[in-house]
Amino acid sequence: MSEVQNFKVTIDNITVEVAPGTTILNAARAIGGEVAPPAMCYYSKLKDSGGKCRTCLVEVSKGSEKDPRPMPKLVASCRTTVMDGMEVKNITSEKVLDARKGIVEMLLINHPLDCPVCDQAGECDLQNLSYEHGSEKTRYEFKRRTFEKEDIGPYIQLHMTRCIMCFRCVYTADQLTDKREHGILDRGDHAQISTLLGKSLDHDFIGNVIDVCPVGALTDKTFRFKNRVWFAKPVDAHRDCPTCKGKVRLWMRGEEVFRVTARKDEWGEVEDFICNDCRFHKKETKDWVIEGPSVVDRRSVIAQGHYQGKVGMVKEQPRLIDQVIGKAPKLLMDIHSISDVNRPDVDLSQIEGPAHSDDFE
Amino acid sequence: MKLLLQNAHIEGIRFYDAYRKNGGYQSVEKAFKMSTDAIVEEVKKSGLRGRGGAGFPTGMKWSFLAKPEGVPRHLVCNADESEPGTFKDRYLMEFLPHLLIEGLIVSSYALGSNATYIYIRGEYAWITDILEQAIAEAKQNGWLGKNILGSGFDCEIYVHRGAGAYICGEETALIESLEGKRGNPRLKPPFPAIQGVWMRPTVVNNVETLAAIVPIINMGGEEYAKIGVGRSTGTKLLSVCGNVNKPGVYEIDMTISVEEFIYSDKYCGGIPNGKRLKACIPGGSSVPIVPANLLFKTAKGETRMMNYESLSDGGFATGTMMGSGGFIVLDEDQCVVRHTMTLARFYNHESCGQCSPCREGTGWMYKILKNIENGQGKLSDIDLLWDIQRRIEGNTICPLGDAAAWPVAAAIRHFRDEFEWHVLNPEESQRRNYGIAHYADPLPMVGAV
Repeated sequence: MSEVQNFKVTIDNITVEVAPGTTILNAARAIGGEVAPPAMCYYSKLKDSGGKCRTCLVEVSKGSEKDPRPMPKLVASCRTTVMDGMEVKNITSEKVLDARKGIVEMLLINHPLDCPVCDQAGECDLQNLSYEHGSEKTRYEFKRRTFEKEDIGPYIQLHMTRCIMCFRCVYTADQLTDKREHGILDRGDHAQISTLLGKSLDHDFIGNVIDVCPVGALTDKTFRFKNRVWFAKPVDAHRDCPTCKGKVRLWMRGEEVFRVTARKDEWGEVEDFICNDCRFHKKETKDWVIEGPSVVDRRSVIAQGHYQGKVGMVKEQPRLIDQVIGKAPKLLMDIHSISDVNRPDVDLSQIEGPAHSDDFE
Repeated sequence: MKLLLQNAHIEGIRFYDAYRKNGGYQSVEKAFKMSTDAIVEEVKKSGLRGRGGAGFPTGMKWSFLAKPEGVPRHLVCNADESEPGTFKDRYLMEFLPHLLIEGLIVSSYALGSNATYIYIRGEYAWITDILEQAIAEAKQNGWLGKNILGSGFDCEIYVHRGAGAYICGEETALIESLEGKRGNPRLKPPFPAIQGVWMRPTVVNNVETLAAIVPIINMGGEEYAKIGVGRSTGTKLLSVCGNVNKPGVYEIDMTISVEEFIYSDKYCGGIPNGKRLKACIPGGSSVPIVPANLLFKTAKGETRMMNYESLSDGGFATGTMMGSGGFIVLDEDQCVVRHTMTLARFYNHESCGQCSPCREGTGWMYKILKNIENGQGKLSDIDLLWDIQRRIEGNTICPLGDAAAWPVAAAIRHFRDEFEWHVLNPEESQRRNYGIAHYADPLPMVGAV
């Protein structure tokens, strides 16, 4: 595709040139940072995914150069392709932020919010999303939906109560494996992921459903309750694997390998799918050739504490939000404005023993 | 004026012989002498609008159909009539199956569909048999099969039974279901006219729309367009239920007023037992409910007529929609809160579970409405309901989200005092109904003995 044919699209006042056929979401990802809408169900590696969670809704304020009419409804940016001269509003549109807030609220009403015991906590898309767009209090006053526990095999743990019905695992199984044995049963709010007549998930690549799951509905049984992800240190490693590329990320603590996952890019999508053998069976340091610490998004909780001062390990994110609407970075709360105890001018380490409120007067 | 149901009273019209004797299949004979483009042009001229609910011009829909070389095209008849309150297609298929078959043959010829499908609602099991018998009869007499009437056109009609899902009435979900998949709506674009059944160009039309093709071809598009008023041309079937003296299926020519339709003896025959009219849902359960004081006169003071434009006059603030023609009448003894709860339960049950706002929001709305109905509601719940419906509407893939949000929105918009009364008088509301209040029927008690 020559550059002349590229479409110019403006997202949140930032213009970018992309190839025709690109979706709004991918154009926004080309800009990067906060401009990219959150995506819970879209997965660029999976065909037909997206359009379901509605968190990526954006406002199209100008359809194209030829037809400048705005689109009447908010559109799912993951499945809408760009037109030349299109103008899109994401975080600059109040309407979008309001709709997104509503969707996050609805995603959370039946979510158990058991993050303290959930293995996904710390790398959960829903956690990040609700931190950004959720409200601190739910208006839902009813019993949350629950499901009967189901065993789907020795490696994968299914927690249906946490599922947000993104359909990613179904597409993964459909497109990566030849005999898909799990899918959606029932419909509406009692729809559930399940296997055919209680069969276990058994395929060389089925472990990838753990990586694509945006929440803790599908987790690794071999890692279950072993460690919190932010205590583990992610390390890139590879090995000569006969079935997959063997490029993985090891989650280590000391010399011990706690978990093996695929490498994820900055949008939380895996770079290469890995096989079950690499994921579940190779948990010794000697199985792997270690390349070095992984690059982790500095906003991620996993980055906390590990890489202070190590340039290159933590990827710098430009704060585009500043140039977009001139708003200060969003904080859920400023602890200094709320608490009498924490004052920036008093250094906690200078106080002898436990801190008391007297120390701050 | 009757176009579709004019022969419905004839004995044995369900069967081929009687149907043919009374002028049946003439339109096929006429159509096969015309070019396919000419038929589409006639339909365009007729101004026929889709009778399934959205009211999109049929001729325009047909002209959007992509015609790539070497790719088969399909016509699908949407007989998945699941909207609460709507049963017009059932009547049509049950008593005049050959009218639908005739319309299907003409439309298939016009669109070039060699394999045409009727996607029928699973619960209409006995109608499947009726249709299959009618298809067999038509085939026996040479109206279907290979080389129909020596024109070189082949056509087969297949009846496909759904498995009982409201969502499969949405055209892309219907297509998925027809393909044997889970009935989840697809994202548009691509529209079915470009990629429908098995990724081939497809037109999906309602039963009544396809049946209306027969009189259009018989009398010509221009003649057909003269019936009715403005952009609401032709006749429309309405299925009336609720508190009226004569519920049933009526064919109207869209020039009568709503008042006449409810009170005249020719149609509904008024409200039984001398009760007064409280509210009405003129187009199937998903369209906004309107109180009596806005039903007969629009906000501008004009008489409200039974047609697409007049019913939707004033937008959703004071108007409603023609919808699919499921006319539901509520008298003074009906409770709007309970009624809204029933609808919310239906949409909760029928949501497919793809989009988060609809999947979670419909259940949430139902639970709140159940609380209010059972006298456990709070005043803040009413605002919460409004907020939930606002965030569902327009944010989903298919119109089911809107369909679930509109009844709740309209009920709160027009009957907020009744909701508040329910909340504030939890015990009394269990014993009696709120009654009629300010949105009373402006007429004296017509029909009272």
